[in-house]
Amino acid sequence: MSSRDVILSRIRKALSDVPNLPPEKDIPLNWEYGKPLAMDDVLDTFTQMCLDYKAVVERVPVAEVPATITKLVTERQVKTFVVPAGLDQDWRKAAADGGAKLIEDDPPLSSPELNDIDGVITAARVGIADTGTIVLDHAPDQGRRALSLVPDLHICVILADQVVSDVPEAVQRLKPSIVAGNPLTWISGGSATSDIELSRVEGVHGPRKLLIILAE
Amino acid sequence: MSTNPPGQARRTPAPPKGTVGIGQPEPVASPVFRENAKKQLQNTLMRRNMKHATTTIRNKRLLRVAEVPNWDEVRAQGAGLKDRVARHLDYYLAMAEENLIKAGAQVHWAKDAQEANQIIVSLVKAKGVDEVVKIKSMATQEIEMNEALEAAGIAAWETDLAELIVQLGHDRPSHILVPAIHRNREEVREIFNREMGRYGTPPPKNMPNDPPVLAGAARVHLREKFLRAKVGISGGNMIIADTGTMVIVESEGNGRMCLTLPETLISVVGVEKIIPSFDDLEVFMKLLPRSSTAERMNPYTSMWSGVTPGDGPQEVHVVLVDNGRTKVLDDPEGRFVLRCIRCSACMNKCPVFERVGGHAYGSVYPGPIGIALTPLMRGIDSPIDKSLPFACTLCCACDDVCPVKIPLSDIIVHNRNRVADKKRHDIHPHLETTVMIPADWAFKKAKHFELVQKAVSIASGIAFKNKDYLGPMPWPASPWTRARDIPAPPVESFRSWWAKNRGGAK
Repeated sequence: MSSRDVILSRIRKALSDVPNLPPEKDIPLNWEYGKPLAMDDVLDTFTQMCLDYKAVVERVPVAEVPATITKLVTERQVKTFVVPAGLDQDWRKAAADGGAKLIEDDPPLSSPELNDIDGVITAARVGIADTGTIVLDHAPDQGRRALSLVPDLHICVILADQVVSDVPEAVQRLKPSIVAGNPLTWISGGSATSDIELSRVEGVHGPRKLLIILAE
Repeated sequence: MSTNPPGQARRTPAPPKGTVGIGQPEPVASPVFRENAKKQLQNTLMRRNMKHATTTIRNKRLLRVAEVPNWDEVRAQGAGLKDRVARHLDYYLAMAEENLIKAGAQVHWAKDAQEANQIIVSLVKAKGVDEVVKIKSMATQEIEMNEALEAAGIAAWETDLAELIVQLGHDRPSHILVPAIHRNREEVREIFNREMGRYGTPPPKNMPNDPPVLAGAARVHLREKFLRAKVGISGGNMIIADTGTMVIVESEGNGRMCLTLPETLISVVGVEKIIPSFDDLEVFMKLLPRSSTAERMNPYTSMWSGVTPGDGPQEVHVVLVDNGRTKVLDDPEGRFVLRCIRCSACMNKCPVFERVGGHAYGSVYPGPIGIALTPLMRGIDSPIDKSLPFACTLCCACDDVCPVKIPLSDIIVHNRNRVADKKRHDIHPHLETTVMIPADWAFKKAKHFELVQKAVSIASGIAFKNKDYLGPMPWPASPWTRARDIPAPPVESFRSWWAKNRGGAK
């Protein structure tokens, strides 16, 4: 008997007291999925919660996104950026205008090559106001997972209509991405640890600087 | 301890002797909880560290939980979903397996720790590498995977900051979420200065004991390991059955590094870690971060379904581990512990855990969940496992904080019953069970009880003459009376008072 069969038969034996019903009938649950959370202003809350994690948030009209990218790149003197293949052309140009050299991930960069790049610019899929979370589904405008992980600075542009109130709404919006087989990365502020005396330290292995542009 | 072939040097720092895992061939080395606790209580530095850390996180959890208006309803939903999974585990496992395979993952099944380790070692060896980077995981702690890899000449590098502190410190985790909770910043600095250079990039010279600087040293030390690793190993916080998606919840980004950069990924997951559907994620992503690190959301969560072409590991394995879980399932009263999402809220709340620390329990699972879970998974044959259910004051504070409403104190009492039942059937007599034989007789009939009361009243008239209480007494009463006074019984019992005053009104 394979280990799989052994484990499954152990389980069936252990559960001999459980009535033979469909799971939903055996443990009926009355739950409304995808419920929004009541809040005064979703975008205000999103901004506050992101700031609470010490992320930088720039709230600008959509038309000013490129100028904001240029400003951030200039201010921080970022020399090199890796750009996902599907990134908005205006955003690319804006980063270049800020003095950064843009590097394509084609052919795919090796991990050490990626490690030598200063920053990354990505779009996003969903924002969650109540928790200050940005979710990437790694579509072409966000690139593969390593791009938004290895460089130390992450500029993430999120559109106002991508921001929802709470986790349940976000899960519903992310369903098509999961069904399509995409990985998801949920990001709440920069990388952090509380492992030494439970005091929060910002910045361990992930990008230590997270700059969010919220485009309204 | 690993059994490296003679002449082969260890690749990673050696942990202390003995085993605290589940399903290990050697017996547990630790003595009983009471003795361990006494020893640990002498360590005032550890007690100060623990008090500071658990108080901080307890208070923060309260704030974060209060922000959720329907917290109790979310808890109930989480409990219900996990019960659904446990009571139909064969159904959900088959669904998860099918969808994992569809997504491109290879699924392996392990009956116990040894089989899980064999599978992992052979997968790593097949890639021809002698090191792996790994994410903190209770499943790999439980099967003591690092030592199995070490014995096969493979170095497993812990990449979580706290696990790194523990590994470099030749130490053992003392908490399931913050494994180095017993260490303070100065101890961490000493460990890093002493050990880091032996296993890779050393820390900067004259490093201060600032947590940000210490975290920075870990970043540099581990970066080279992340960049060159070909195989990553993880646990899994959840497997989503209807999509075949794995979920890892973390803070530092070391998880994302291990899940993304290597070519091969092996995830070792307990069979109970399933949630039925992607929709249900909304429940657990609310419960887990607020209960564990007391944050609205943890910094990073990764989800992946098998292999994503052109993104991350192109060879993905999932090892489903039983290792005692079906034994837990076989106990209808104990089965509720399988709801556990390993948040650690119960141990942060536990007054016993706060004082004795995680090392006193002799199990990878300490605190309330540990003393509920370990004697169910490992059984109650060894002295340490027999003693665990008694590492509790039954204050029930853990029941209130558990995000999936595990009736922890009920299960702890259930485990006490199991230990007592076992003692009753032992060949050699136990003091406690011997005392219970006359007690059983006394409580069986009202007449017996009256007789005993009369006898006690006469005896105590002599014993408590001119005294309000009795202090320490000789054996066999010594273990009890060493720490407790026996108060003088009242002059008149309730029964005799009743007979005198109300007896006529029957």
